[in-house]
Amino acid sequence: MIKRIFSLFFVILLAIVLLPLVTDIKPLTELGIISQKYANDGAKELGAANLVTSVVVTYRGLDTLGEVTVLFITTAGIGFLLRKRSNGKNKKRKASEILKSGTSFLLPLIVLFGVYIFTHGHLTPGGGFQGGVVIASAIVLLLLSDISFHTDHNILNWLESMSGAFYIVLGILGLVLAGGFLDNRFIPLGEFGKIFSAGAIPIIYSLIGLKVGAELVGIISKLGREE
Amino acid sequence: MTIITILGFLLIIIGLWGMLTRKHLFRIILGFSIIDTGIHLIIVSLGYIKGRTAPIFDIDLSTVDAVHNIVDPIPSALVLTAIVIGLAVTALMLVYVVQMKRQKGSLDISDYEELKW
Amino acid sequence: MILAIIIVLGVLMLVAAFLALYLKDLLSAIIAAGAISLMASVIYIILAAPDVAMTEAAIGSGLTTIVFLYALHLVKKEQGYKQ
Repeated sequence: MIKRIFSLFFVILLAIVLLPLVTDIKPLTELGIISQKYANDGAKELGAANLVTSVVVTYRGLDTLGEVTVLFITTAGIGFLLRKRSNGKNKKRKASEILKSGTSFLLPLIVLFGVYIFTHGHLTPGGGFQGGVVIASAIVLLLLSDISFHTDHNILNWLESMSGAFYIVLGILGLVLAGGFLDNRFIPLGEFGKIFSAGAIPIIYSLIGLKVGAELVGIISKLGREE
Repeated sequence: MTIITILGFLLIIIGLWGMLTRKHLFRIILGFSIIDTGIHLIIVSLGYIKGRTAPIFDIDLSTVDAVHNIVDPIPSALVLTAIVIGLAVTALMLVYVVQMKRQKGSLDISDYEELKW
Repeated sequence: MILAIIIVLGVLMLVAAFLALYLKDLLSAIIAAGAISLMASVIYIILAAPDVAMTEAAIGSGLTTIVFLYALHLVKKEQGYKQ
C-alpha cells in the first residue's frame, strides 16, 4: 500500500514537471529557419519530390547511419541470447486451409507492394524502412502458413552484411566525388518526378530497405525457431 | 495541435504508472511501449502548422512557394528513426525476459531481489 | 468534425491503454497495445505526416504485436507464472 502511494506521488510529480509542455506551448505559425532552408532549396538541390526522404537520407544522413547501427547491434544481441537449445523436437500444428490458400494468393502481392514502397521512396510517402517492414511481414506470413519453411540464415547474414557495406561505400563515393559524406549528387540528378531521379537516393534507400528487412526476418525466425 | 499534445502527455503518464505498479514483467514492457507511442505523438504534433499540408511535391503542391504551404518536415524525419529503434529495443527486452524466465522460473518482479538493498 | 474524430480516437486510446495494463488475460492485453498503435497511425494522418503514419501502422501494430506473441509463446512452455 505504501509503495502504491509512493508511485502515485512520483507520477504526479512528473506530471507537474512536464505540465508546461502542454500549457505553455504556442502553436507554430511559421516554419523554423532550418526548415525554411530545406523547403526552399531541397527540391532544387537534391531533386527528390519527397522532402522527408531527402531530410532522412541526405541532410540528416548520419542519424540514419546511427539507426542502422543500433538495429544491427540489437539483432546481434538477440541472436546471441537465443542460442538454440539442444533438446528440441519441433511439433507444430498444421496450418488451416484458409491460411494456406490465403497466403498463396496474397504473398506475391505483399512482396510487390513492399518493393514498390521502397523503390518509390523519393516520389511518394514511403521509403526503405516501411518497405523493409512490409517484406518482413510477408516472410512472417510464410512462416506461419507453411511448417516446412525454414529461413536460411546464411543468406540472411550475407544479404544484411552486403547491404550495410554497400551503404557505406556509397557514402564514401559521395565524399570523394561530390560534396560530402552521403551526398547524393555523384549520380546526375535526372528529371524531377521520374523514378530515375534524385541521384543516389533510390539506391541508398533500397539498400536500407533490404538491410532492415533482412534483420527483422532474422529476429522473427530466431524467435520462432526456439522450442 | 494542442489536444494531441495533451493526449500524448496522458499516454506517457499512464505508461509510467503501469511500469511502476504492475508486477508481471510483460506488463512492464507493455507500459514501456505505451510511453514510446506517447512521446512520438508529442514530437510530431509540435511540428504541425494549421491549414498546411504534407511536405511532398506533386501536382497539387508546387516547389515555388513551398515555405508557406508545408508543415515542418524535421520532426517527421526524427520520429521515423525513433519508431524503428523503439521496436528493436522492445524486442531485445522481451528476449531478456525469456532468458530471465529460463534462469529462475518466475515472471514476477518481486522475486528478483539480488539488486535490492 | 476533425476535432470530433480526434476526441473519439483519443478516448479510445486511453481506454485501450488502461485495458492493456489491467486485463487479466495477457493475449488480450497485447492486442490492446496493438490497437493503440493503430489509432495513433490515424492521428498521424490528421497531422499531415504520411511517412510516419505508414511506419507506425506497419511497425507498431504489426511487428511489435508479433514479437510480443512469440515471446509469450516461448514463456508459456514452462509452468508457474503468476498473474
